[in-house]
Amino acid sequence: MGVTKEDVEAAITSALSPSNLVVTDTSGGCGASYEIEVVSEKFEGKRLLERHRMVNTALASHMAEIHAVSIKKALTPAQAQPQAQPEPAADKPQA
Amino acid sequence: SVRCLAALSPEMRETLDKVVGSSKVLLFMKGTKDFPQCGFSHTVVQILRSLDVPFETLDVLANEALRQGLKEYSSWPTFPQLYIDGEFFGGCDITVEAYKSGELQETLEKAMCS
Repeated sequence: MGVTKEDVEAAITSALSPSNLVVTDTSGGCGASYEIEVVSEKFEGKRLLERHRMVNTALASHMAEIHAVSIKKALTPAQAQPQAQPEPAADKPQA
Repeated sequence: SVRCLAALSPEMRETLDKVVGSSKVLLFMKGTKDFPQCGFSHTVVQILRSLDVPFETLDVLANEALRQGLKEYSSWPTFPQLYIDGEFFGGCDITVEAYKSGELQETLEKAMCS
């Protein structure tokens, strides 16, 4: 028996205590494949690479059985708030 | 003889140090630039092409020892793996995200001018 969506959810929940977690099974018949969206306070002050590493670490024991993992979102609770993003300066000259 | 594939030998580490330092932009992927063997690898190739940046690729499917060694070397469990200026940048999702935000272009520009 391979890795289930519930296994993935449980592993991330115990490692990152997310305030929001969406795990989507995207396996198209070629094995366990998941898309993951996580919102966690533990991402505070961490760069994207570091955040993805934290998710990968949480899944490390399952990784051998997982065909593909795609981390679509790794946000802090503040970033997950639906607020207007400040526009990047438009008057910056392009090199 | 028995070999432990999970262990990253000192020789392999040294080799990888040289390999990742050998080009400014290096993609360890499944398949080749022209024939990617996986959608995630294909995506990153397309992004690098669209940014018109010179890059090298290495096919991890052609070398199992390289594939296993790199996972440990990068502390990253999957492929593709993008290296910029000798430093691990990320996998497919991070590259896509950084491409959208402009961070990838910035990192590449810095690397090309260094």
